[in-house]
Amino acid sequence: MNATDTSAQPLWERPAIQQVRRVLAAPAVGPLIALLLTMAFFSLKSDRFLQGPNLSLVLQQVMVVGVLAIGQTLVILTAGIDLSAGTVMAFGQIVMTKLAIDSGYSPMTAILLGILACVAFGMLNGGLVAFVRLPAFIVTLGTLNIAFALTHIYSNDLTYPPGESGASSLPSALLFFGRTFTIGHTDVTYGVVFMFVLFALAWFVLTQTAWGRHVYATGDDAEAARLTGVKTGRVLLSVYIVAGLMYGLAAWLLVSRTEIGDPNAGQTTENLDSITAVVLGGTSLFGGRGTVIGTLIGAIIVGVFRNGLTLIGVEVIYQYLVTGILVILAVSVDQLTHRRRL
Amino acid sequence: MRDPQREHTSWRTLVLATALLAAVVGTTVLVAAASAKPTSQGATVKVGLITKDATNPFFVKMRAGATKAAKRLGASLIYAAGKSSSDNASQIAAIENMTTAGVKGILITVADGKAENAAIAKARKAGVIVIALDTPTVPKSATNALFATNNFNAGILIGKYARAATKGKKVTIGMIDEHAGSSVGALRHNGFLKGFGIKKNSKLIACAGNGEGQTAPSQTAMENCLQKNPKINVVYTINEPSALGAWNALKKAGKSKAGTTIVSVDGGCAGVRNVKAGIIDATSQQYPLLMASRGVGAVVKFAKTGKKPSGYTDTGVNLIAKKPLVGVKSKSVKYGLANCWG
Amino acid sequence: MSERQPLLEARGIVKRFGHVVALDGADFELYPDEIVAVIGDNGAGKSTLIKSLSGALQPDRGEIRLDGKPVRFRSPGEARRAGIETVYQDLAVAPSLDIASNIFLGREARRRGPLGRALRMLAKRTMRREAALHLRELQIGVQSMSQPVENLSGGQRQGVAVARAAKWAQRVAIMDEPTAALGVKETRQVLDLILRVRDRGLPVILISHDMPNVFELADRIQIMRLGRRVAVVTPQTHSMSEAVAIMTGATRGELELTLVKGRPAQLPTEEDA
Repeated sequence: MNATDTSAQPLWERPAIQQVRRVLAAPAVGPLIALLLTMAFFSLKSDRFLQGPNLSLVLQQVMVVGVLAIGQTLVILTAGIDLSAGTVMAFGQIVMTKLAIDSGYSPMTAILLGILACVAFGMLNGGLVAFVRLPAFIVTLGTLNIAFALTHIYSNDLTYPPGESGASSLPSALLFFGRTFTIGHTDVTYGVVFMFVLFALAWFVLTQTAWGRHVYATGDDAEAARLTGVKTGRVLLSVYIVAGLMYGLAAWLLVSRTEIGDPNAGQTTENLDSITAVVLGGTSLFGGRGTVIGTLIGAIIVGVFRNGLTLIGVEVIYQYLVTGILVILAVSVDQLTHRRRL
Repeated sequence: MRDPQREHTSWRTLVLATALLAAVVGTTVLVAAASAKPTSQGATVKVGLITKDATNPFFVKMRAGATKAAKRLGASLIYAAGKSSSDNASQIAAIENMTTAGVKGILITVADGKAENAAIAKARKAGVIVIALDTPTVPKSATNALFATNNFNAGILIGKYARAATKGKKVTIGMIDEHAGSSVGALRHNGFLKGFGIKKNSKLIACAGNGEGQTAPSQTAMENCLQKNPKINVVYTINEPSALGAWNALKKAGKSKAGTTIVSVDGGCAGVRNVKAGIIDATSQQYPLLMASRGVGAVVKFAKTGKKPSGYTDTGVNLIAKKPLVGVKSKSVKYGLANCWG
Repeated sequence: MSERQPLLEARGIVKRFGHVVALDGADFELYPDEIVAVIGDNGAGKSTLIKSLSGALQPDRGEIRLDGKPVRFRSPGEARRAGIETVYQDLAVAPSLDIASNIFLGREARRRGPLGRALRMLAKRTMRREAALHLRELQIGVQSMSQPVENLSGGQRQGVAVARAAKWAQRVAIMDEPTAALGVKETRQVLDLILRVRDRGLPVILISHDMPNVFELADRIQIMRLGRRVAVVTPQTHSMSEAVAIMTGATRGELELTLVKGRPAQLPTEEDA
């Protein structure tokens, strides 16, 4: 393959094309192209789409699922899956609001305890998966129900704050991420900025630290990683704990957005959307391959569709149809271009 | 060494797959968009309607009524619904997106009395009026106005009827509600108690279950109630699909139509037919078409004159029963069928 | 006869998997500067013995000594820390990571200074450079260091696995079926590589089905059958067919007659050859 006569080389072997191919095959490029195409489409059909306030809105609608999806990405990278993401977040959210209102804890303490509650679930998930060697699907199916039950028991099925109060009586610390600052004509929510910060941190940890490499190695081939000396048990446990931390932070973002503690949160939409975002972002469900940047793009794609379809007057129900098709396509494209063993 | 065969296939399939992805996505959305109602920019008043879910016949009828009213008044309707009767996240996103899409007003049956308030407040701040249909927000003042059945009254009527129908007999009551945060559920439930003449913790109430306002879950809830106390002979149900589910459970347990008194709220044509068949003994008929058309009318009026609707407008309720009883005013099944919806 | 102390030895290793007895009191010695091959039919216990030495398995009974001192490896990491590196039959590489990442897996280098200490950032370029250097020294040729290992040919992947062991092994390198899935040219490359590793001063334990390879590389050959060592021969004292005969049980190995559980018989050393 050392042909010096470039004119005789087949098209796909030429150096320039090789460069293009390398770029196209880079992770997250596929989802990015899909996102750009989608945004181009909607901006053509509606002049309200590509405006600052609308885009800021899309990101606000995405921020809770986005942060959930960071945790989900980590878990899926280890060839696991976390079905409890949404309901654990709901539990954390209820703990935060109830402790702040009923038990008189200071807001920051309540928030911390809510996050800790989610981390505790993460430890439970991680411990069972890593050391008792139970399948992640089954374990998190169990914790999904446990978290759901605890949420309703602890909140008595009430939306917090209870009673007839008008404007939200939640302490402002809980609502912090709903506050905005203005750039030009656009209001940017702190929560959205926080989401980007978290994604940047996740990207750094996954690509620039040894732990990140170990996560990929464990998901790729756990036995090979173990034989190479990676402490796969500890890696798995830490992944689920970090995921729990993400769910706790997502809970805080959710409270900031809805200004209530909602016992019905996280059951379907947020839960499944977190997995959808990961898959659309190009991460393989069989572990070891994928990026958090892809997940961010995947989450934004779902948000863009929901928003865009409403803007052009199409019923939101079509969003589910398109999301379903996209998920299947994303998985197929992934399989075809990278020949993964899905 | 590199396998040229593999690289060749990979390049081709990458191009193919990306093209496929773009094509299918584009086509799907184009087809979906083509079926949307034509919107001429600027002149037409846009009205948004958001219901709890899209499948309950009550909401289907409400939507039909709104669509008809919009057409009549030269406005255009954007519709959205949650995935279930407790899906708050979808409703919140819909409120935000409709506001960006430029609606003048939003009509909404809120899934939870409080969960949507923050989003509603934002919409109102942006100059959009929000009218609650059928279900009030908590507090009522969160929306500009409420067009609804007096649900408390509806409960009283069926409570009175149930009491009259079982006069002198020993009663054991089962109550099939929907989820805890439902304000309409609470009103009807408490109205029934008042009409029947008992208090919340009356010993006559053997069981209360969550039937989610749908047939199948209500059947399960009723079955569980019967396991707890097989002697239940009076059943309050939050709506007619729920009543049907409860009847299925009672039938399987060997109860007879004559031996059980089932009361409900809705007045849909299917439900009134069940009254005729003796399955439901009495139902409070409400008028979703009226709610919808009045709502659309109010938004168009606001768009044209700037006059905002306010307060509570009672869209009326009538008790429909097959067997009239002394002391309880009711209308005949014939009347019910003539004025039913669905 | 000079009694050299074995660098690594095992005595009376017993390992059961449920009802199956994989090792039934197996012994083993490795002296410095030699290549020892372990051969035996399927089920003879070769892989199990090797995994016991590399920490991938824990024996039920028996003793392992390194430099004469008893050791117990509870994990592959402990064996590695003791200086024993293993190339497993299925290579144990992370397919989606690149060559440098694989070579440094579990032993990643961090950047100097606060970036490395506080943020624990990896020194990627350094690792890549060192890996490339190492591969060149071992004469393993790859086109690009940044491609995932799964894109490499079988021989190249084997080369990466061997290079990884060679880079880190302080005392012993173990290779389980290193040429099993390779073609002729690639097999030749790996065999030369193993010789180079030995020549750099690292003793090698080799498991192989390939008799010609074994007889080309090994200084001594340990023959196993039914979970025990039945003979130790050298290419000088025995022919391939004789070794195979002992392996299959057609001929009795000299240790079979004299073997008493736990006590080794007189073993032939290089002087006897």
